[in-house]
Amino acid sequence: MQRIGVFVCHCGTNIAATVDVKKVCEVLKDEPGVVYTQDYQYMCSESGQNLIKDAIKEHNLTGVVVCSCSPRMHEATFRKAVQSVGLNPYMLEVANIREQCSWIHKNVEEATEKAVILGRAAIAKVHLNAPLVAGQTPVTKRALVIGGGIAGIQCALDIADAGYQVDIVEKEPTVGGKMTKIDKTFPTLDCSSCILTPKMVDVAQNENIKIYSYSEVESVKGFVGNFTVGIKRKARYVKEDICTGCGLCTEKCPQKKVPNDYNLGLDTKRAIYIPFAQAVPKVATIDPNYCTMMKTGKCGICSKVCSAGAIDYTQKDEIIEEQYGAIVVATGYNPIKLDAYEEFGYSQSPDVVTSLEFERLMSASGPNGGHLVRPSDHKEPKTIVFIQCVGSRSTTECGKPYCSKICCMYTCKHAMLCREKYPDTEVYVFYIDVRTPGKNYDEFFRRAVEEYNVHYIKGMVGKVAPSGDKLKVQASDLLNNEQLHIDADMVVLAAAIEADKSARPLATLLTASMDTNDFFTEAHAKLRPVESPTAGVFLAGCAQGPKDIPETVTQAGACASKVIGLLAKDHLVGNPCVAHPDEMMCNGCSTCANVCPYGAITYENKDFSRRKDGSMMRRVAQVNPAVCQGCGCCTVACPSGAMDLYGFSTKQIMAEVDAICK
Amino acid sequence: MDNLEIAKELQILSGVNPRKCMRCGKCSGTCPAYDQMEYHPHQFVNMVETGKIEKLLASDSFYACLSCFACVERCPRGVEPANIVEAVRLWKIRQQDQNHLHPEQIPELLDENLPQQAIVSAFRKYKK
Repeated sequence: MQRIGVFVCHCGTNIAATVDVKKVCEVLKDEPGVVYTQDYQYMCSESGQNLIKDAIKEHNLTGVVVCSCSPRMHEATFRKAVQSVGLNPYMLEVANIREQCSWIHKNVEEATEKAVILGRAAIAKVHLNAPLVAGQTPVTKRALVIGGGIAGIQCALDIADAGYQVDIVEKEPTVGGKMTKIDKTFPTLDCSSCILTPKMVDVAQNENIKIYSYSEVESVKGFVGNFTVGIKRKARYVKEDICTGCGLCTEKCPQKKVPNDYNLGLDTKRAIYIPFAQAVPKVATIDPNYCTMMKTGKCGICSKVCSAGAIDYTQKDEIIEEQYGAIVVATGYNPIKLDAYEEFGYSQSPDVVTSLEFERLMSASGPNGGHLVRPSDHKEPKTIVFIQCVGSRSTTECGKPYCSKICCMYTCKHAMLCREKYPDTEVYVFYIDVRTPGKNYDEFFRRAVEEYNVHYIKGMVGKVAPSGDKLKVQASDLLNNEQLHIDADMVVLAAAIEADKSARPLATLLTASMDTNDFFTEAHAKLRPVESPTAGVFLAGCAQGPKDIPETVTQAGACASKVIGLLAKDHLVGNPCVAHPDEMMCNGCSTCANVCPYGAITYENKDFSRRKDGSMMRRVAQVNPAVCQGCGCCTVACPSGAMDLYGFSTKQIMAEVDAICK
Repeated sequence: MDNLEIAKELQILSGVNPRKCMRCGKCSGTCPAYDQMEYHPHQFVNMVETGKIEKLLASDSFYACLSCFACVERCPRGVEPANIVEAVRLWKIRQQDQNHLHPEQIPELLDENLPQQAIVSAFRKYKK
């Protein structure tokens, strides 16, 4: 028989105002095994903890029940307290009489009765508790950063700075991400490349950082501290270690009609290319879909002009395996496809562009060297209409229900830059709301209106119809209650942003959870914002939700600090409340392995024969306690009831149910 | 019936929840009959939401609606302003003849400015 102590917390008035705590003590005193009860104002305070510690020593308690707030809040606190006086921390149970009782009830009598029942259930469970000891696993002191945009770059630099090794896996031939395509950055209007490329160089030169460009994560095995990751290095048909990045091949290649994805298809590149001048690594890549040599076997000019001999048309995809202790997801975003928005004429006129395309048109490294002209006839536009919230805040099928967050500011920036560089241009911005929270953001917006005379119109464009060389824009002006008709030369659509398409399959590989919009979810929206609920997986940048550059850099730094905190440990203490199979009952059906969200269950053929001559091999489930998170899916899925959880056994749960239903 | 009750009735008839509107004005930006209206699609929605529908019911604006459903198609929040217009028309017609409509009465109800589709729709939804 256990000797159980019950401690009931007032939590100031949080509990005591609705639950008669004295009465709870009184009633629970008579429960079997209870030898001591005590109520106190704040059980989590130092003196409250001391009450528990003293009682354990004085009354030789073998089990403790604390009736207080949610175990999420203070279970760890109380476990530490009982451990300090020699009791196994898993001999403690918390009955949640705050969140699940006092906060949600008004009637004192009923709430008190419920608190008693919850306490009784916890006591019934403690009777069946057994001391548990957490195992330890070593930590591989190297991090993997998936995605080499500004989020991945910043995170990798910060981790490397603390002395740990970091690998960056980037699916494009160069790191840099979306920021390489941006012309200027708000609210300071400094050049995006000028602030990004030094960081790209830092990444390339840092001894602790290795870049796997043109590569993708293929498989993920293992668990926090001990991930094994398969990385597919896609064939670029150029030997990365030999290529000097001189660029001669990219000048001599006769295949000139390859859409240039760096400029979002607004111009063309060669079949062998270096994305842009500051690319890291500065290595050429062949696009096999356009390369004449790869398609017909005739050409080979790049190979002939390459003095280093770096071209290798026979190169194959290669898969390498690496060990990591932590994984950072920084897969970024893309603007949504606008084909479904017929009313804005995006697919009908080349002069209707997305904001990211507009960045390229304005950029000195863009298709026109930074001279803003219409894609159709290369004339300077005199009237430009910007439309915000194209696909954002939309509950329709083709849109996104969330605010994309960055559009108000970049549209403001575009409008301002247009008026600055081409003062004779009329610029209209149609907005639903202008959202500019952030340091110096609203001041920036007001400057566009007050100093640059950008016409901000509250209302939405209903229709854009190409007509001759004009775009006829029909829109509402809600403040003047009139319908406007504007003959525009260019229309710029602030397309909603969405998580990169690679994020969803990656989440499956990592068993990391996502929301319905394919953004990775955090372990806690407020208090653990850069950690995934999957241990060892961390989040940075737009993979977690739309955000601008300053916020991304901040988050990447926070993410790095969490990674460093993990890698600094030599060993990780596991959670002992894990699943374990009764091998004699297991029939090897694989149901548990199929439902396990963490991939913690494998199968082993074991010899169960008792005699030496015969053998009786059976396939039985094995749980890796370091991977198992103790969610209990397997215990309910197992048809023969062979799976059970330490600390949450079927027996314990049934005892709780019995106590509640008594 | 006071205005709030009428507004409620209009919401039930149209199946529109005007609180979904985020006041972007795309309906009015897209409406081809905008200039023929005294009040405009985004105002219809707001008037039904707030119960300020006296002016709406007194005006001919909702007869100018062509029932082209461009506003329904393009509304980012699925508010369906054209369905409100339908409901107002329906409500008006029902008031005229104690909720009954006989096919033989239709010709005399016809107005040359009234879109035919409005009559067809009204007839379809009319309480028999």
